[in-house]
Amino acid sequence: MYNLIGLVVLLPLIGAAVNGLVGWRIKNEKVIGIVGSATVGFSFVLSVLIFIEMLGRDVLNRAEVIDYFRWIGAGGLETSFAYQVDQLSILMTLVVTGVGFLIHVYSIGYMHGDPGFWRYFSYLNLFIFAMLNLVLADNFLLLFLGWEGVGLCSYLLIGFWYEKKFTGDAAKKAFVVNRIGDFGFLIGLFLIFVTFGTLKFEPLFLQASVMSVGEPVLFWITLMLFIGAVGKSAQIPLFVWLPDAMAGPTPVSALIHAATMVTAGVYMVARSATLYALAPLTLEIVAVIGLLTAVLAATIALTQNDIKKVLAYSTVSQLGYMFLALGVGAFWVGIFHVYTHAFFKALLFLGSGAVIHAMHHEQDIQKMGGLRKYMPKTYITFLIGAIAISGIPPLAGFFSKDEILAYVWHDGSVLLWVFAAITAGLTAFYMFRLVTLTFWGDPRFKEHGEHAKHPHEAPATMTVPLIILAVLSIIGGWVGIPKALGGGLAIKQFLAPVFERADRIMALPEHGVHAVDYVLILLSVAIAAAGIYVARLWYLKKPEIPGGLAKKYSGVYKVLSNKYYVDELYDAAIVNPTVKGSRKLLWRGIDVGIIDGIVNGLAKLVEIVSKYGRLVQVGVVQGYAVAFVFGIVFIIFWLLFR
Amino acid sequence: MVSLNFYLSLSAMLFTIGVVGVLTRRNAIIVFMSIELMLNSVNLTLVAFSSFLGDATGQMLVFFVITIAAAEAAIGLAIIIALFRNKQTVNIDEINLLKW
Repeated sequence: MYNLIGLVVLLPLIGAAVNGLVGWRIKNEKVIGIVGSATVGFSFVLSVLIFIEMLGRDVLNRAEVIDYFRWIGAGGLETSFAYQVDQLSILMTLVVTGVGFLIHVYSIGYMHGDPGFWRYFSYLNLFIFAMLNLVLADNFLLLFLGWEGVGLCSYLLIGFWYEKKFTGDAAKKAFVVNRIGDFGFLIGLFLIFVTFGTLKFEPLFLQASVMSVGEPVLFWITLMLFIGAVGKSAQIPLFVWLPDAMAGPTPVSALIHAATMVTAGVYMVARSATLYALAPLTLEIVAVIGLLTAVLAATIALTQNDIKKVLAYSTVSQLGYMFLALGVGAFWVGIFHVYTHAFFKALLFLGSGAVIHAMHHEQDIQKMGGLRKYMPKTYITFLIGAIAISGIPPLAGFFSKDEILAYVWHDGSVLLWVFAAITAGLTAFYMFRLVTLTFWGDPRFKEHGEHAKHPHEAPATMTVPLIILAVLSIIGGWVGIPKALGGGLAIKQFLAPVFERADRIMALPEHGVHAVDYVLILLSVAIAAAGIYVARLWYLKKPEIPGGLAKKYSGVYKVLSNKYYVDELYDAAIVNPTVKGSRKLLWRGIDVGIIDGIVNGLAKLVEIVSKYGRLVQVGVVQGYAVAFVFGIVFIIFWLLFR
Repeated sequence: MVSLNFYLSLSAMLFTIGVVGVLTRRNAIIVFMSIELMLNSVNLTLVAFSSFLGDATGQMLVFFVITIAAAEAAIGLAIIIALFRNKQTVNIDEINLLKW
């Protein structure tokens, strides 16, 4: 079965090619949708089969590299199209294809009637293809192919409705910001190649594992790779593209946030766990950046009124959480959170898509309310997603979040833990602010209705994926029930061989079950419950409180609702100087002045020389003949008497 | 036996007459004839050397020159006729259009 991993990757590419090349001739949306979904669906089935075979194998034999063909061979560089099937990559493959498949099915309903239907499905399949290359690659170069592939596809999909200017701008922003990260990533790859002479994971990590902890070159390698992850996974300071990426169709947001793209950074760091374990300084940076991002994005999310923006900042915040987990050396927990987050964040985005669909592209939650009655299925599933992300047991989000908090606590940094716990509370708060304003209370869309709105439940192609994701959001976390609650941490055992080297280097103490664990669990649940309670109280029962607070602390409110002015800051500090510098110095100065000047100057020189030189041509034939004669006489004399 | 020098001197004289003709005469046909004279003076030199050195290469070259000269004469005369048809003159002083 392992050999079929190539087919898992290839199928979405075939789907992309079919829809991309002949899709515009197929007028039938059903055919396009089925081709797009079925290819990913088959990939999912195949990866499930491979997963089942893996579970049947002996633990030591589970990882295998399937080498397809030599890709690039130049000098010391040997790169193959080879896929590494192991516990980590198969888990990611399952998430990517599984959640991706549901999003494809949902898209059939959501994108109904769009003139670019075939184009959309082609891009979507290409996205899955790129992401599968990323997670399955057995070397950094193939990973980089997928890495750039998801960047390209996100650009194409964010700017899918390219006739509107702001979507094009958002797409460009995502691409440019990602390029900044990719620059760091490339430097990291060069450093790896110079240091180890190979980009293949296994030999590379084997070589690295005998190096001493804190080696400077490892610090630089991991830091540069992390810069790439910062760009791709939207961390400070490169998170600005993700909220803008909401310009794309909503299922695309779900795909970018849940199954593909942003998890790439977390995956890459987890994959290079051995290197990171050897660079404790980078790990600290990772943890701090992760936590800062988590707090910053969570506070911004408190004040946003666009349903998708709230979810976008929530993703940024959750990604920060994942990096926090990686930063304290709990690599498996980071991946665990990627896995649970994929379910509930896809669910929330698809739910919000159903709401937007029902509200005729209204995204302002201030103009919603009371949707519970109109779309019960969406409401129930969205509520489950919100509870899951808030971290209420026994839903998926609780287990991964609790595990992160536990590791942060045992890492010994109380300050980190306090901030992480506060973020958890904020998460619960803004999620239930969203739920309250959207689904609870009285409908507010009538008073705002330019034209009367009649919200309606979404079609089955949209609700069925919601229901499946809701179920997964409930049970998905049960693979990681902590020992304190009588579970076996199955996912930790499963992933352990991948992180074996890193764990040996980190030598994290295997913490048993202490009383403190129960306290931590109780605390985190209490914080989440408090967040939910406050949100419900403020926005349902006493809506004057948040308004009053916003007035009382209008300065703080303004900063938060303007997203800390980060975009404005970047515009002022980087974008505008670049644009102005390009226009004044590079365009007017260097391009027009120097480059055009050289070309025009040469032409001018020729013109001047020929202006006087042509006077020799007098048109008298015999004049020329005289010149010939004198010339020949001169040459003869020169030859004879030189 | 006429010595080689006589041939060469005759050839040089013919060549010089040709050059002077080309440089001084205004009638295009005369100029053209002068050019032919120069060609044939060179032929004479070649034949003279060939005879005195006992080497047939010179004579062979002369055949080539005569062949080319025949073709060249045809083209040259054709040009002159074409010129005359257009400008009603063969005075090369009046044919000076190609200048700055």
